[in-house]
Amino acid sequence: MAVEAVPPEAVDLREPAGWRRTKNQLMTVLMWAAFVIVLIPLGFVLVTVISKGAGAISWQFLTSSSIPPNVLPLGTGGMGPAVIGTLEITGLAAVIAVPLGVLGAIYINEYGGKGWLAKFIAFMSDVMTGVPSIVMGLFIYTIWVLHFGFSGLAGSFALACLMLPVIIRSSYEMLRLVPDSLREGSYALGATKARVTVTVVLPAAIGGIVSGSLLAIARAAGETAPLIFTILTVESTNSNVFSGPDTALSTQIFANAQSPYVGAQARAWGAALTLIAIAFILMIVARFITARFTRYSR
Amino acid sequence: MSTLKEADPASPAGSADPFKHRRPLGDRGFQIMALAAGLLVLVILVLIVITTAQQSSNWFSTAGFKGIFSTTWDPGANKFGAMAFLYGTVISSVIGLIIAVPISIGVALLLTEVVPRRWGRPIVYVIDLLAVVPSVVWGLWGIILLAPWLQHIYASIASGLNGVPVLGTLFGGPNVEGASFFTAGLILAVMITPIVTSLSREVIATVPVIDREGAYALGATRWEMIRGAVWPHSQGGVVGAILIGLGRAMGETIAVALVIGDSAQITGHLFYTGYSIPAAIALQFGEATGGEFRSALIGLGLFLFVLTILVNLVARGIVERSARRMRGA
Repeated sequence: MAVEAVPPEAVDLREPAGWRRTKNQLMTVLMWAAFVIVLIPLGFVLVTVISKGAGAISWQFLTSSSIPPNVLPLGTGGMGPAVIGTLEITGLAAVIAVPLGVLGAIYINEYGGKGWLAKFIAFMSDVMTGVPSIVMGLFIYTIWVLHFGFSGLAGSFALACLMLPVIIRSSYEMLRLVPDSLREGSYALGATKARVTVTVVLPAAIGGIVSGSLLAIARAAGETAPLIFTILTVESTNSNVFSGPDTALSTQIFANAQSPYVGAQARAWGAALTLIAIAFILMIVARFITARFTRYSR
Repeated sequence: MSTLKEADPASPAGSADPFKHRRPLGDRGFQIMALAAGLLVLVILVLIVITTAQQSSNWFSTAGFKGIFSTTWDPGANKFGAMAFLYGTVISSVIGLIIAVPISIGVALLLTEVVPRRWGRPIVYVIDLLAVVPSVVWGLWGIILLAPWLQHIYASIASGLNGVPVLGTLFGGPNVEGASFFTAGLILAVMITPIVTSLSREVIATVPVIDREGAYALGATRWEMIRGAVWPHSQGGVVGAILIGLGRAMGETIAVALVIGDSAQITGHLFYTGYSIPAAIALQFGEATGGEFRSALIGLGLFLFVLTILVNLVARGIVERSARRMRGA
């Protein structure tokens, strides 16, 4: 059977032609367009906060000892108490949540292993990251504030509840990356499990754990909803974070945003810039630590 | 770890009976501390239900099922029906999702399929920046700048669409406001984009390289490769990511409270003012000194908790299952 050799037509198979090619290019353009659409609100909000906030911020704005009434124009007083409140409350929340979160992650990865309890805890902590922040505020209100009154500590508890699952998740991811050979090596030297975990596994993962925790803290610093039920926003500095009503930048912005007065709104922009600056600094430090100190990464 | 299961490293070699050698106190103590920290997650979740249920039992028992889902919320007359808030929560979240989902998936695909890794980094940073801007700052920007600006746009859209059958109901009407369901949806879209993007990206990144290469080898264009190889693989996980975004949108409080307009009404007009469950809790808690008013607000919180937990359970379940299938394949 003689096969007649059909002369191939001059088709260039390297490039898809016609509609298929156009469709591919169209979709690529749409993907880039999606990114540009994301940039628009981000750019707008950053430019507004910086341009409006920079006019409000001064040394006096950041350190004044009391927040003036809403009717007063910018220039008298500032957000000093709120800056102190935010730093204290967020700091205390970090002190509570970071050790617990890392310990929880250690349980899931080092002790729980493939057991059902560890799996269940890991799953539920993922679910817990989806609990709305306002629910955490109400929870601390019902369990703490109703019995012990408003305080910075109550606010810290609420923020810590929010941070806990996030820290567990990020620390767990980091612990999982530590190779088993490190653990086995130190077991071979006769170390106990606790010792292996604390002196070998944790140091190997510490870069990722710290940067994950910092990101969680940065998110928590901007939270408002959990604080409105727990610290009862006041206008003067409360240096005792453990008792008495306190204040924070986020709750002040929330209160001032609802005010019709120009001075109050200007102070809100100043506070917003301060808050964003705090969050961004934490984020940049986290990025730096990730780049500099992470030994194992995906 | 699995490889160490047979020979428990905690009992040193040479001791035939593992119980003969007692582990040092510090070692056991550390294990108990770690277990306690892990259990704390479960304890908190259970306590949330118990304490909020206790504080809101007053509302549940007096209002009854019918009262809870009625449309009248009138604290003066002791009527606490949550339907309008539920409606606002659902509508604003759905608007947010409709806008955020295509954008998030687009950016996720851009990061995984189009841009080389080196160039992907800055894009990830930008998306992360979006997540770090606090909710209250979005709200402040939304109410002071965005809403007054949108009012003009809404007004001109509404005047153009009045009388048109479906669109006229959705986007028309004489009472359009800058602070409305739609504005809340827009802000929510911005706020949930980072989480939906990063979760979708993680899922899409797990698609095996061999599948992609196979599609390319058959002569597919990049888009055909995405449709044929990437999408079937990551579909489930992306749906999970979208649901997690939905959960976030439903629970978002402060930004929505500032831009939704705060009037409890049920209407098909998307440019009208509305209310949402978390916004109601945040804005009315200060004035709620009365027993039933406060218990109704805490009850709303419990309601919101159950709602978001259900959404998240389903979402995480889907993500977990599709991840397991992926490993098996």
